[in-house]
Amino acid sequence: MGMDSLIGGTIWDEYSQKVTDLMNNPQNMGEITKEQAAEMGAELIVADFGAESCGDAVRLYWAVDPKTDVIKEAKFKSFGCGTAIASSDTMVELCKGKTVDEAVKITNIDVEKAMRDTPDVPAVPPQKMHCSVMAYDVIKKAAAQYKGVDIESFEEEIIVCECARVSLSTLKEVIRLNDLTTIEQITDYTKAGAFCKSCIKPGGHEAKDIYLVDLLAEYEKEKLAKTAAPGANVSFAEMTVVQRLKAVEKVIDENIRQMLVMDGGDIEILDIKENGAHFDIYIRYLGACSGCASSSTGTLFAIENILKEKVDENIRVLPI
Amino acid sequence: MRVYLDNNATTLVDPHVFAEMEPYFVQKYGNPNSLHSFGSETHPGLKDAMEKIYAGIHAPKEDSVVITSCATESNNWVLKSIYFEYILTGRKNHIIVSEVEHPSVIATAKFIESMGCKVTYLPINHEGLIDPQTVRESITSKTALVSVMWANNETGAIFPVEEIGAICAEHNVLFHTDAVQAIGKTPVDVQSLNVDYLTFSAHKFHGPKGVGGLYMKKGRELSPLLHGGSQMGGYRSGTLNVAGIVGMGKAMEQAIDALDFEMTEVREMRDAFEDELLKIPDTFVVTPREKRTPNTILISFRGIEGESMLWDLNRAGIGASTGSACASEDLESNPVMEAIGADADLAHTAVRFSLSRYTTQEELDYTLEVVKKAVERLRGISSSYAYAPEGHNSGLDAHH
Repeated sequence: MGMDSLIGGTIWDEYSQKVTDLMNNPQNMGEITKEQAAEMGAELIVADFGAESCGDAVRLYWAVDPKTDVIKEAKFKSFGCGTAIASSDTMVELCKGKTVDEAVKITNIDVEKAMRDTPDVPAVPPQKMHCSVMAYDVIKKAAAQYKGVDIESFEEEIIVCECARVSLSTLKEVIRLNDLTTIEQITDYTKAGAFCKSCIKPGGHEAKDIYLVDLLAEYEKEKLAKTAAPGANVSFAEMTVVQRLKAVEKVIDENIRQMLVMDGGDIEILDIKENGAHFDIYIRYLGACSGCASSSTGTLFAIENILKEKVDENIRVLPI
Repeated sequence: MRVYLDNNATTLVDPHVFAEMEPYFVQKYGNPNSLHSFGSETHPGLKDAMEKIYAGIHAPKEDSVVITSCATESNNWVLKSIYFEYILTGRKNHIIVSEVEHPSVIATAKFIESMGCKVTYLPINHEGLIDPQTVRESITSKTALVSVMWANNETGAIFPVEEIGAICAEHNVLFHTDAVQAIGKTPVDVQSLNVDYLTFSAHKFHGPKGVGGLYMKKGRELSPLLHGGSQMGGYRSGTLNVAGIVGMGKAMEQAIDALDFEMTEVREMRDAFEDELLKIPDTFVVTPREKRTPNTILISFRGIEGESMLWDLNRAGIGASTGSACASEDLESNPVMEAIGADADLAHTAVRFSLSRYTTQEELDYTLEVVKKAVERLRGISSSYAYAPEGHNSGLDAHH
């Protein structure tokens, strides 16, 4: 909270000029017919994602060269708000000329970054990020269709909320980090459950394997178990390797990971080595953190300082 | 050209209202409760305004019309005081509200629900209306309050408050109505029906923002929500908003004077505009127009997400609204569209045009042209109308 959040502004003011321009004049909007694809010597792929009832839907057209797997032409049609239309447009731009395998690697973060006017200012306000997620999903749908495989084969994670594309691991992490206890909180933090609501609890219009209420119950149980367990009070130097790893993970979970995840990044711990009087912690940056200029300066110092303060003052953090 | 068609959100302050308010800022700035001429010179204006406000809703002198800061305060006051007086004390355990009340009622109901009060959320039917029988069926011996709005902000649907009031009287249950969208659009007379509490707000009828009211029937006075210096007879403490009250008085008088105009001229303009909009293929209006306030149209354009329509309208200088997904920060689809539950594909396509007595034919003609162009452009972009090769299976059912 604070001054800037007290008087809600129009979300449109937070759109980049690129988003505005693409909404006004989408560059890749249109269709590819079977005949047009055939003329290009290409195979037509038409993939849909989202639904009008959820507020966003996109149809992606690809003309793919069957010999090279290169996407020779791409178009889209979209039901949605300005961000959805601009994101679809940008996603199509990013697909063109790539092979299907390359296109599958495009994420919603790539789409959002491509719509920025300046590298450090987000193209859309946070509550609009979900619109770019749809652009990322429809690529996988198209690729699955082209390759004749199941879309799940591209999914590295279990998705709990389809509308907002929130994964099981993200949900578990956010619930723990922020000590969330209600569905409303989960929705505020992740957008999960904000749309068709099927993922909240059984009885919605779509049956699910995992519901948000299950995750809350699981966390509640975990907390109870934790309060029952005896507290360990051993210094870092006396800990076993596994205990050290856990202690570092815990501090990262509670103090660091959230700020990285908010910027679309993350870190993983590779190793902890004793080096004379020091403990060297080797980490690897993931997602948006890798390649971020601050990852070897400000962010790194912040991580090191927090670990020094909370775990042991002889810790050094070494990114690989 | 700039056209304002969002009068259910707020209205322009009538210049006559503004003129009446003006002396109370720099010249007559005294505190009405002070014992000197600076205070007392505000009294004639305040008295005159209170008379106009009482007259506007035909409140008898012995009843209380307490001035508040806004309708949200009035609605919070009713539900929370009922909670304190009836629920917390164990005398009653239940209230009834419609599921399409303004957030200031719904959110407050949910709050007192979290504190142990049972709450029934009355459904609306496919026309966006409420069946009074559902009220009768929901009342128990432990029901303290029924709160149903006079007119809905989204659809303009006028709810059967007279019947609901009668049912409440029959069962000895208190009845509150949020009449924010009704004043100046349909006759509001607290003596024409059984009503214990009635909420209104000046800025919805060409008065200033920051001032509203709560009517309370004699013998049904609520304990105060705001305690302090005992202004407003002790019901609502806080230094009187002199200019605001004077402005609301004038605005109320004008709203009543203009009621006929609103119900004839504005209605005719609205109807003609709606007829033209409905000539666009695949457009839908939910509530029958004779059951609506005369200024409101909630219309769905199939295949066009509401916010995109607002975008194109805004580019052309037109202000309208949508309660649907992307436009509001909470990402929900329009609650009324959801409650009606007719066609899920339309839940995010509703756009509300709300006129006022200041709306001109020229403005509506211009808006119609802009809407037609926007529909053409946005349906051109929309996947809802897009080409698919023969035998294409969208596979959407599997995901949504």
